[in-house]
Amino acid sequence: MLEFAQETKAQLVRWMIHLRREPFNMAFNLLNPVILLIFMGGAFQGLAQDSVGGDYRAYLLPGVLALTVFGNSMAGGIPLLFDKENGFLLRLMSAPITRVSILVSRFLAININTSLQCLIILGLGFIFGIRIATGVGGVLTLMVIGLLLGFGVTVISLILAFILENHGDFFAILGISALPLSFLSSAFVPVDSLPVWMRLIAWVNPMTYTIDAMRSLILSGWHGSLLAQMAVALVLFDGAMLWFGAKVLRRHLA
Amino acid sequence: MSNAVIRIENLTKRYGLVTALDDISLEVERGTIFGLLGPNGAGKTTAVKILTTLARPDGGKIEVIGTDILKDPVRVRSLIGYVPQELTVDPYLTVQEHLRYYADLYHLSAVGKDSRIREVLGLVGLAGYENRRARYLSGGTKKKIDLACGLIHRPPLLFLDEPSLGLDVQARRDVWSYILRLKEQGTTSFLCTNYMDEAERLCDIVAIIEHGRIAVIGSPAQLRSQLKRDVISIEIASADEHQRKELEVLEKAVSQLRIVQGTVKNGTQLKVYVESNEIALPQILQSAASLSIPIRTITYSRPGLDEVFLHYTGHPFADERKIDA
Ligand SMILES: Nc1ncnc2c1ncn2[C@@H]1O[C@H](COP(=O)(O)OP(=O)(O)OP(=O)(O)O)[C@@H](O)[C@H]1O
Ligand SMILES: [Mg+2]
Repeated sequence: MLEFAQETKAQLVRWMIHLRREPFNMAFNLLNPVILLIFMGGAFQGLAQDSVGGDYRAYLLPGVLALTVFGNSMAGGIPLLFDKENGFLLRLMSAPITRVSILVSRFLAININTSLQCLIILGLGFIFGIRIATGVGGVLTLMVIGLLLGFGVTVISLILAFILENHGDFFAILGISALPLSFLSSAFVPVDSLPVWMRLIAWVNPMTYTIDAMRSLILSGWHGSLLAQMAVALVLFDGAMLWFGAKVLRRHLA
Repeated sequence: MSNAVIRIENLTKRYGLVTALDDISLEVERGTIFGLLGPNGAGKTTAVKILTTLARPDGGKIEVIGTDILKDPVRVRSLIGYVPQELTVDPYLTVQEHLRYYADLYHLSAVGKDSRIREVLGLVGLAGYENRRARYLSGGTKKKIDLACGLIHRPPLLFLDEPSLGLDVQARRDVWSYILRLKEQGTTSFLCTNYMDEAERLCDIVAIIEHGRIAVIGSPAQLRSQLKRDVISIEIASADEHQRKELEVLEKAVSQLRIVQGTVKNGTQLKVYVESNEIALPQILQSAASLSIPIRTITYSRPGLDEVFLHYTGHPFADERKIDA
């Protein structure tokens, strides 16, 4: 157990060093959500007034948060793929470590990074006058919801890191996954205003439940049923991904 | 108990249709430097990956430090150091951070960790580089980081896959002297190499491997003396076009001599393998004179490992590398 902690911490420290010495990377990651929040929020303020009511930026904030969590978690496996490509991973595997420590350390690093980004976005929202209706408790709950969504997506990313042969494929998948999933949810407009076929997909999209719960916390207050729906959806999603991930990764990390 | 730290019996490894290792058996004795010498694609890296538990063999029985690699790979990993063929440094980390990282992966205790790191850095000549980031260091220095990381846990057995690949003369000498110093401290090394001189200089025992098969095993001196032949190298002095034709004529004439066992043309040079220099030299000079081919230099030497390679595989080492590369 102590040895597991030691090897996991060593690997986590390495990822944190990357984060610290690569600040532009994080800035670049934040570019998309910031553009969405500030410019799209501003541009559609007038148009959206009637359909969503109130401040469109505040309406967009949960979608932007969920999109950040998704994008960041989904991209989180890439450094492992690089390690695999340049032989670093193989050398790591020649050490007497528990294979799970590779996954756990990367997992922690991704989610620390995601949480930092979400806090920055919330801070930015604050500057633009968005006040979280549920206060500090709400902010903490938002972070927890982000982690719940991030968990399953991170597992998907780790699976991709091990089954894909090169990072080009990974970037391609990354590029085409985020935007459609956001449009097929309540990120930008209420689900009810979507065409029927899109609504069907939105119903099975865990992003929808994430965003609905986050939105209630930001705009109105504590809604038990929305939070419960979100919890069930995300626990199911995370459980399914974990089961699938354990199956796939066991083969690749023997 | 025998003194073998590595024992390989009938190891076979296939990648699809390619047989990377074909029924290999060998033993490595404690405290020695064992060299696997062969051209590109011979199967050296494959062998190391199997011995370091990173690839599974398709057949055979392998023991590393008395442990079956398939039954207890974790124990094997804790007892070996591995320095891969390619550089594996992380550009973002400093030298010191690399060593801390591997120290923790090998579960070194906090007590004495820093002093061990200092010791290893001193050994590979990286003292003073602690806080430099790998990104800004030269290839040779990066290789030294890799080497240091492989030593951090004082492994009794070290795997070095082409340790001097891409290094300049000075850095190669440095790396060689670290490896020899480790041997003095009792470390066993299993070394893969592409270079004849590296094998001659470092290895107690050399196995020549080609197409996944071991052609011959022995100490460099044994291998050379088994050949029972000397080498005469001839260079001729004439214009480029003529040179090639004249060299061919000379080769034909010389190979008619009874004392000559074989010839190899290598650029502007003709190598002649003979039983004895003393008898062959005048005869070769005479046939050159009678053909009036002007000789620029003629030298003779005891055979090196490249002649050993030629003898056991039937073709020169250098050619093989060109074909595969
Ligand atoms: N992962 C792999 N998949 C398929 N074929 C492989 C794989 N690894 C090695 N091979 C093949 O096995 C053979 C031996 O390769 P190996 O890397 O062991 O050679 P090597 O002696 O280390 O060569 P080099 O001096 O170039 O490093 C080659 O034909 C190579 O193409
Ligand atoms: Mg190799």
